[in-house]
Amino acid sequence: MTEPLTNTIAMAERKVGRRRLPNELGIVLVLIGIALFFEAVGWGVRGQSFLGNPQRLLVMILQVSIVGLIAIGVTQVIITGGIDLSSGSVLAVSAMVAASLAQEPGYARAVFPALTGLPFVIPLLCGLVIGGIAGVINGSLIAITAIPPFIATLGMMVTARSVAQLYTRGQPISMLADNYTWIGSGAVPVFIFLAVAVIFHVALRYTRYGKFTYAIGANAQAARVSGINVRRHIMLVYTIAGTLSGLAGLVTSARAASGQASMGTGYELDAIAAAVIGGVSLAGGAGRISGTVIGTLILGVMTSGFTFVGIDAYVQGIVKGVIIVAAVVIDQYRQSRRRKA
Amino acid sequence: MLSPQTFKLVRESGAIPGADYLLEVDNVRKEFPGVVALDDVSLRIRRGSVHALMGENGAGKSTLMKIIAGVYQPDAGTLRLKGNDIRIASPLDALEAGIAMIHQELNLMPFMTVAENIWIRREPLRYGFVDHREMNRRTRALFDRIGIDVDPASEVRDHSVATRQMIEIAKAVSYESDVLIMDEPTSALTDREVDHLFRIIGDLRAQGKGIVYITHKMNELFTIADDVSIFRDGRYIATHPAKDLNRDQVIQMMVGREITQMFPKEPAVIGEVILSVRDLALEGVFSGVSFDLRRGEILGLAGLVGSGRTNVAETIFGVTPATGGEIRLDGKPVTIGSPRDGMRAGMALLTEDRKDTGCFLMLSVGENMEMAVLTHRYVKAGFVDQGAVDTECGKMKDAMRVKTPNLAERIENLSGGNQQKVLIGRWLLTNPKILILDEPTRGIDVGAKAEIHRLISRLAGQGVAVIMISSELPEVLGMSDRVAVMHQGRLTGILDRTEADQVSVMRLAAA
Repeated sequence: MTEPLTNTIAMAERKVGRRRLPNELGIVLVLIGIALFFEAVGWGVRGQSFLGNPQRLLVMILQVSIVGLIAIGVTQVIITGGIDLSSGSVLAVSAMVAASLAQEPGYARAVFPALTGLPFVIPLLCGLVIGGIAGVINGSLIAITAIPPFIATLGMMVTARSVAQLYTRGQPISMLADNYTWIGSGAVPVFIFLAVAVIFHVALRYTRYGKFTYAIGANAQAARVSGINVRRHIMLVYTIAGTLSGLAGLVTSARAASGQASMGTGYELDAIAAAVIGGVSLAGGAGRISGTVIGTLILGVMTSGFTFVGIDAYVQGIVKGVIIVAAVVIDQYRQSRRRKA
Repeated sequence: MLSPQTFKLVRESGAIPGADYLLEVDNVRKEFPGVVALDDVSLRIRRGSVHALMGENGAGKSTLMKIIAGVYQPDAGTLRLKGNDIRIASPLDALEAGIAMIHQELNLMPFMTVAENIWIRREPLRYGFVDHREMNRRTRALFDRIGIDVDPASEVRDHSVATRQMIEIAKAVSYESDVLIMDEPTSALTDREVDHLFRIIGDLRAQGKGIVYITHKMNELFTIADDVSIFRDGRYIATHPAKDLNRDQVIQMMVGREITQMFPKEPAVIGEVILSVRDLALEGVFSGVSFDLRRGEILGLAGLVGSGRTNVAETIFGVTPATGGEIRLDGKPVTIGSPRDGMRAGMALLTEDRKDTGCFLMLSVGENMEMAVLTHRYVKAGFVDQGAVDTECGKMKDAMRVKTPNLAERIENLSGGNQQKVLIGRWLLTNPKILILDEPTRGIDVGAKAEIHRLISRLAGQGVAVIMISSELPEVLGMSDRVAVMHQGRLTGILDRTEADQVSVMRLAAA
């Protein structure tokens, strides 16, 4: 499948002119290609349309909007040349704490029986703040002690997961109030995801915050000599990523109407995969939110498509893994050709 | 067409084919997106000669050398090695065919030992394991032969840039190559090390090797070269024996126009003291540095590589905050703990290493230029006023005569001289009162060099106080109102323009 795909990309590039082509075109074509593939297989195997079902498309985006929120944060971290492995675990802590403060009024077996029926902003704020605090800790470790981001966030990943379990000693938290669960209801998560994507797309492209984020990823030393407060900026970027993980935790618990310590397991890797598929360079200095959003959609189409055409759940991971690697290989090939050609 | 493997066999057999030219390059063409880097270029390297390539940055010398060394593939043209057509598809092919290149950017692995770096891919083995004792012995023998005193078992990261350069050269020699390409090998070397390098080159020439020598330094050309080929804008201009040429002729061929004066120092009105430094110290690096800098003055900072010149500049600007002493601005003591503080105090620092601490290589020309000024201007409520910034950058680009299609071009694709102009532009946008320039013209062609000199002079005329560090003595002497000289972390003297000459400065630098 990849061979004709690269040809299509190359042909499209030739037609539009090689230079000044949006970087996202390649992966948009990948997205379309994968969708059309399932469409074709759908007609062949099940005699029905894959794309022609709005309900399925909504569910598809719903499924990935939580990973998408994390991916928007991790994209910014990767652009600075870092990585964030803690987002899945931070999501769980945020989900647990927020859920414990959002239980039905008067629910006798609540985690905090005295604190039921609080205004819904309190659990929301607490979830965001918890994510933010995790981000501040990540950022401080990286900026001040100068340990590698991989290690700092690996530590946070393990620690935060344990905190989430310890919080109720592994017990799930249920009976959440309706005024809280609305943020996970219907298409609300999709709107949250898209709104956050737009905000950070604008932030990266049009604000000083964005400029400095790219500068630090491209050359941290040069950024410092240019008068940029690199440490403070790194802390800010990790704090934003942590807060977005917190937000993802709120949405997750609201959608499930419960808080569970295992929530978000493995999401950090899906988020990194989405960013990398979307053209964010792990070397730092390059990448866009729009790419990450498309990368996220590719993951969504794959998951939904596998189920639709009835691929064995145990096989899905293999196909997904291959596609992730293939997407990056194609992208690198195109990049190197552009530089050399 | 012979394959590199065949060549390897021939070379190992010890037979010496009888061609006059070691290497012949004919009608080579190479295009990059939007530019023709080389257009119908030919070059012939004689056996037992040093062949210098001269040309401004972007003239195509480095591209041609990269083609010969197998880094790039030509779009058209042929290569002949000792009379036989050859195709070089990779750097490894080039090495096996007997062509070794010493890159301008050093390519050593810092965490491996000197010996491991030299014999990489060719390690002597014993029972299938690397025989370190034999490897170190061979390294020592190699170093003895060319007269370098470095411990083969030490790690490369513990050595200075100059020593690393010598290790690179030893590595190239170890391949017993017939053709050695040296791309500005002396840019990081002190005068004594340059003499040493020239002795090595002389020996290699006597052994019948062909040495291709890229340089921007006119005096080196006449010391070492037998033949000179001139390039301009991707075209081959001419080849002449070095002894038939003089400096002005070479420059004229390189730029295609006459450069009347290399160091156009204009007299500037020197005002009151703006910066005074008293007993400045950075523990373990330098101490007791005191001097005054006045508005409109150019203070040259001379000294050998490693004398602490760069450290003084970085400490004044806040990259490495001082551990002792005092900095006063307009008479008021200030604490400078970061580059940000330095900028707030009205200073700007062009760093020594363009690639390491200057350019954002992955970003565009515009982004590279605007980054410093964005820390305090053109931003409202976090949003960048991109229209205004682009206008300013565009003006600066034109004023600096940066050769680039537009501001969106990646800075990576610009030549060294143009990158440097972008970086100077970055600082000029901040309207500095004190401009510190660390090797502003290193690795830059004569045309761009003269432009940068004129610019510095003009800035001084506008009342900017300038500190200029340079390893090129003529530049320091030509540009400076006063010359401060450093030796081993101490300021050994400050000479007035009238009393500073090569001898007096060197005396203080080697004190």
